[in-house]
Amino acid sequence: MQTWIDNLTGGPPTSPLVYLTFMLGACVSTLGFIAVLALFLIWLERKVAGHMQSRLGPMQVGGWHGWAQSIADGFKLFLKEDITPASADRLLFKLAPYIVFAGSFTAFVVIPWSQRMVIADMNIGIFYVLAITSLVVVGILMAGWASNNKWSLFGAMRGVAQIVSYELPAALSLVAVVMWVGSLKLTDIVGSQAGWFWNWHVFRGFPFFTIGALIYYISALAETNRVPFDIPEAESELVAGYHTEYTGIRFAMFFLAEYANMFLVSAIAAVAYFGGWYTGIPYLDFIPGPIVLVVKALALVFVMMWLRWTLPRLRVDQLMALCWKYMIPIAFFNLIGIGILMLITGRA
Amino acid sequence: MSELHTEEMVLNMGPQHPSTHGVLRLQLVTDGEVVREAEPHIGYLHRCAEKIGENVNYVQFVPYTDRMDYLAGMNCNYAFAHAVEQLTDLKVPERAEYIRILVLELNRLASHLVAFGTYGLDIGAFTPFFYAFRERERILDLFEELCGARLTYNYVRIGGVMADLTPGWLGKTKNFIDYFEPKIREYDELLSYNKIFIKRTAQVGVLPADLAIAYGVTGPNLRGSGVKWDLRKEEPYSIYDRFDFDVPVGKGEMGILGDCWDRYMVRIREMRESVKIIRQAMDGIPAEGPVVAEEIGKSVKTKAGELYTRVENPRGEMGFWVVSSGKDTPIRCKVRAPSFCNMSVFKEISRGAMIADLIAIVGSLDIVLGEIDR
Repeated sequence: MQTWIDNLTGGPPTSPLVYLTFMLGACVSTLGFIAVLALFLIWLERKVAGHMQSRLGPMQVGGWHGWAQSIADGFKLFLKEDITPASADRLLFKLAPYIVFAGSFTAFVVIPWSQRMVIADMNIGIFYVLAITSLVVVGILMAGWASNNKWSLFGAMRGVAQIVSYELPAALSLVAVVMWVGSLKLTDIVGSQAGWFWNWHVFRGFPFFTIGALIYYISALAETNRVPFDIPEAESELVAGYHTEYTGIRFAMFFLAEYANMFLVSAIAAVAYFGGWYTGIPYLDFIPGPIVLVVKALALVFVMMWLRWTLPRLRVDQLMALCWKYMIPIAFFNLIGIGILMLITGRA
Repeated sequence: MSELHTEEMVLNMGPQHPSTHGVLRLQLVTDGEVVREAEPHIGYLHRCAEKIGENVNYVQFVPYTDRMDYLAGMNCNYAFAHAVEQLTDLKVPERAEYIRILVLELNRLASHLVAFGTYGLDIGAFTPFFYAFRERERILDLFEELCGARLTYNYVRIGGVMADLTPGWLGKTKNFIDYFEPKIREYDELLSYNKIFIKRTAQVGVLPADLAIAYGVTGPNLRGSGVKWDLRKEEPYSIYDRFDFDVPVGKGEMGILGDCWDRYMVRIREMRESVKIIRQAMDGIPAEGPVVAEEIGKSVKTKAGELYTRVENPRGEMGFWVVSSGKDTPIRCKVRAPSFCNMSVFKEISRGAMIADLIAIVGSLDIVLGEIDR
């Protein structure tokens, strides 16, 4: 951000007020981006679902393939009655959606859209992302408990167990990348993938980084509660899990947070493994970085949607067994492998 | 250090629930995710069908049988018509018998498609449901052309069927069967052998054969436990003895015999057998002939006496016990619904299962509350 402001204004900010204005502007624009993105992703999900299920999805609202369907749905959610269940814990009930949303939103500030376009290029970039996304756990537990509904509590407990467990393989696979690059800064992580696409981390250090990318992606699916890991909100069992009792804007916040989170983890995967803002073919580097990153993240989001409409869901104990008995040992093996590779190639 | 005292939670699943296949209430006593006791409560769909049966005459009662197992309307119609025909010694015309076989087996396909689609939905796979219903739409279109209704047909009447086949119906059915047969393989590829689906259903809800027989479980649930018992072969009714088909039986391929996967797979394999029967029936149907016995009017007089008949519905053995005093209204019309007995074994096989497994077990039993409650 510093360098961006410098490049824009020709010098460091003259006063804290200017800095504050820039920060505020950046946050508002990120919020706007997330809102539009979520709207688009919800429409995309319904279209992808439709076409995979041998039907069409939204077609009416707005004319061309129902592009305005999400807007209409968002508007409808705004108009719904604001219900708080009787004998629910009011404060926690009202606070929970915002905490879940904050957990995803605050991680967007470190995503490097291009070499100079980052809101906050922290030198603990990736560590910050892993830490701040853990905030959603608190929000989910609050939502499940405060709803005063045994089924919501079930969903919340399952969700918490799942998210907390799957943070480990995700973090371990990202630590392998950090080891290789030597820095926690996200711009540095992307920087080490410059040039042709075989420089991308997913193709280098074979087979460890490929395995690492797979482990990260699967953990990301579990983090965002997507099928096959959507047992916390298992529709056919718990109706809607921890957000059963939510209506209107509060439900919209959960919904928005889910899609923002999907995009976030896909963007982090693209940054850490798939080359970030580099196109992979140096001749095409005139394409602006943000567009490349968004396209890559959207491709990964599309795969998430594809999986949702194909696979059944895992039972909660099978899910936990997968994490603790398979993914974590493999992630450790990965880490050690990268370390050995680094020693051999003299990169250490 | 003393043991940590945890309490068991009493929880209600239903009657409004996305996965209980109707208005079923399950009262659970759970210890975390593990279920200690699961007791089904029924009666939310009771519509006094049997009491009504004492007040209307035989011909008027046929539509009520549709609404019992509403996913297999033709089969239920037939069960009742069969009982009354035996009490009246009616001779059903040849062409009517073939038409009956065609619609009975098509309805079996439609019912198994619903079982397959909704089972996928319960396990979390959203897509097979749409594929199953896409195929089922075509079957319902065929039925709508025949009798005007998609679900509650009132087509198989006492003494025959309501009306003859429309011109071109056999051609459309043949087109459908040719289109449908390769789809069964698609379902296997998408769901049946999917690793996650197998993990969710194999070795879950194991129903041993002796327990099944003790509780009166019939149909694909019984066959899934390895017992080769199909009324179409054991006590052939209508003209089933003229057709060549197998009776699929669970073999414990995925670990334990009688688990949810076995019951599910029996239904998939039964779909293939139904296709065989339909093809043979289409080949053998007489080109023309009456479709209803001549004596049928608005009511039918039966001999005095009582009689229990049973047929093989998609869900199991459906029985009708009819007590007649020689008039055109029965004294008593008791229905033996297959899902009622199938559901009774639920408490036994769900002990120690997790909540997610309960859903898998209920789905694999393939119950319809309409016939449990009547």
